[in-house]
Amino acid sequence: MQSLGVLEISRRDLLVASAATVTVASTASLSHSQTNAPAAPQSTKTSFTVNGERRELQLDNRTTLLDALREHLHLTGTKKGCDHGQCGACTVLVEGRRVNACLTLAVMHEGESITTIEGLGQPGNLHPMQAAFVEHDGFQCGYCTPGQICSSVAMLEEIKANTPSHVTGDLLARAEVTPAEIRERMSGNICRCGAYSNIVDAITEVAGRKV
Amino acid sequence: MRAFSYERASTIEAAAKAAAGTDGAKFIAGGTNLLDLMKLEIETPTHLIDVNRLGLDRIEPTPDGGLRIGALVRNTDLAADGRIRRDYALLARALLAGASGQLRNRATTAGNLLQRTRCPYFYDTNQPCNKRQPGSGCAALGGFSRQLAVVGVSDACIANHPSDMAVAMRALDAIVETVRSDGTTRSIPIADLHRLPGDTPHIEHVLERGELITAVVLPKPVGGKHIYRKVRDRASYAFALVSIAAVVMQDGTGRVAAGGIAPKPWRDEAAERGLPNGAKAVTAKLLANAHPTEQNAFKLALVERTLSAVLAEARG
Ligand SMILES: Cc1cc2nc3c(=O)[nH]c(=O)nc-3n(C[C@H](O)[C@H](O)[C@H](O)COP(=O)(O)OP(=O)(O)OC[C@H]3O[C@@H](n4cnc5c(N)ncnc54)[C@H](O)[C@@H]3O)c2cc1C
Ligand code: SF4
Ligand code: FES
Ligand code: FES
Repeated sequence: MQSLGVLEISRRDLLVASAATVTVASTASLSHSQTNAPAAPQSTKTSFTVNGERRELQLDNRTTLLDALREHLHLTGTKKGCDHGQCGACTVLVEGRRVNACLTLAVMHEGESITTIEGLGQPGNLHPMQAAFVEHDGFQCGYCTPGQICSSVAMLEEIKANTPSHVTGDLLARAEVTPAEIRERMSGNICRCGAYSNIVDAITEVAGRKV
Repeated sequence: MRAFSYERASTIEAAAKAAAGTDGAKFIAGGTNLLDLMKLEIETPTHLIDVNRLGLDRIEPTPDGGLRIGALVRNTDLAADGRIRRDYALLARALLAGASGQLRNRATTAGNLLQRTRCPYFYDTNQPCNKRQPGSGCAALGGFSRQLAVVGVSDACIANHPSDMAVAMRALDAIVETVRSDGTTRSIPIADLHRLPGDTPHIEHVLERGELITAVVLPKPVGGKHIYRKVRDRASYAFALVSIAAVVMQDGTGRVAAGGIAPKPWRDEAAERGLPNGAKAVTAKLLANAHPTEQNAFKLALVERTLSAVLAEARG
């Protein structure tokens, strides 16, 4: 039994390693021959729209939306912090809604529309939220910033759509933009540098213009 | 993460059938719990059945005045629904106290119910854990158990259920509707959905292989004041140490369920009959068979104080 266990571990490691180094097609056939997995493909052709452009990828099913964006489409603005839904660095917009790209599979987004920080604005053509973060010093190292900006843009839309939050006093009243609401609604974006108060200022300014 | 094949189910029946007929198959909804665990190889499905496009994302009135919540309704949308905010504020409050805006946008009703424990040793694959690896032991018993359960536990496992939403649903007497692989349906009172660990902590609920949750039904509104109070280590984006979901009527009677303290939402209908007499007696009965560890015994007092605060708030 002992040796069987070791054998299984080495098979698995081989699989993990092979996924990283060999082509998708041979990964699929290798895994079929070496495990008892059902004879179904382990990669899938997936197409979605990213920042307005239609993209088609043949992806190992394990590829998260985050890895598809960064490693396959080379949109490295979206960051990987924890890879477990705990920091918000990977926040992107799917069909206009903010999500953690690390906790969703790319194949699950067939046909959907994704917006990353690169799609919100570019140098010389900044989104108002990007400009406000610069103006208010809403970052230090900048690692959390793309996630903070994507999150805050969608967060203001959620308030506009009258989505309540944990700190909303009256569930039947209209949702408002207050510093307390912004802090609560942005709690899924951790900033290790602690730029929080300037981030709240930046968002408040944009909200004043828009909401 | 281990390799797996993937299919997007197009009908409810096909999803249930595929799940029962394929070795190692699992449903994936929001993926916010399952993928987290797959990355750590705590969950190792060989086939994923994506149930996101089954049309189970609606909230509809039932003939007897309640609401049927589709299994795939996102936590954000459920909390924002006007009927939920007006008639089942307890549920909206519990949802909004959980996770983050991004996570709630993906997390689904069914996935939230079936999310697995956050016991630190369940997550650490170098540690013995009867839930993750039956028979290997329980590292939490002599370890860092501050967050874990105090009631409903066993010598094999003291994990707690992490959901906020489920605690409110328990207080609201929700019914879980499912479809089995042979096409038959059943309705499971939420009180009966989760199992206590006993000596099989790896078996967490009563669903059969391939059984798909299709909806959660809320009976017609009961009125009263709805209060969800969550006590945690930071003010947002943290799991509950203790939570209290209460519906309190004008005359002081009502319902109480507690979260963070047990392997499932914890409610005792006999205990809550004492509500008009205050928190102390209710808590004593609710926690009568508690087996806390040295590290989490503080939860016993915390339940009473939280309930006491909730009752004070209800009185206005
Ligand atoms: C950082 C972080 C913080 C969090 N904080 C909180 C918190 O404070 N409070 C809280 O309550 N939760 C919290 N959560 C947990 C979150 O609520 C759950 O991850 C989420 O609700 C799971 O839903 P899902 O749709 O993503 O489930 P999935 O991950 O897709 O699925 C979970 C399980 O349910 C099964 N399943 C899914 N749908 C069905 C169905 N229709 N029928 C049968 N089985 C099904 C899957 O097979 C899987 O086993 C947190 C999560 C993270 C990552
Ligand atoms: S409490 Fe349960 S989940 Fe935690 S280590 Fe023990 S057996 Fe595992
Ligand atoms: S990288 Fe996705 S939440 Fe941290
Ligand atoms: S600016 Fe450094 S983590 Fe936020």
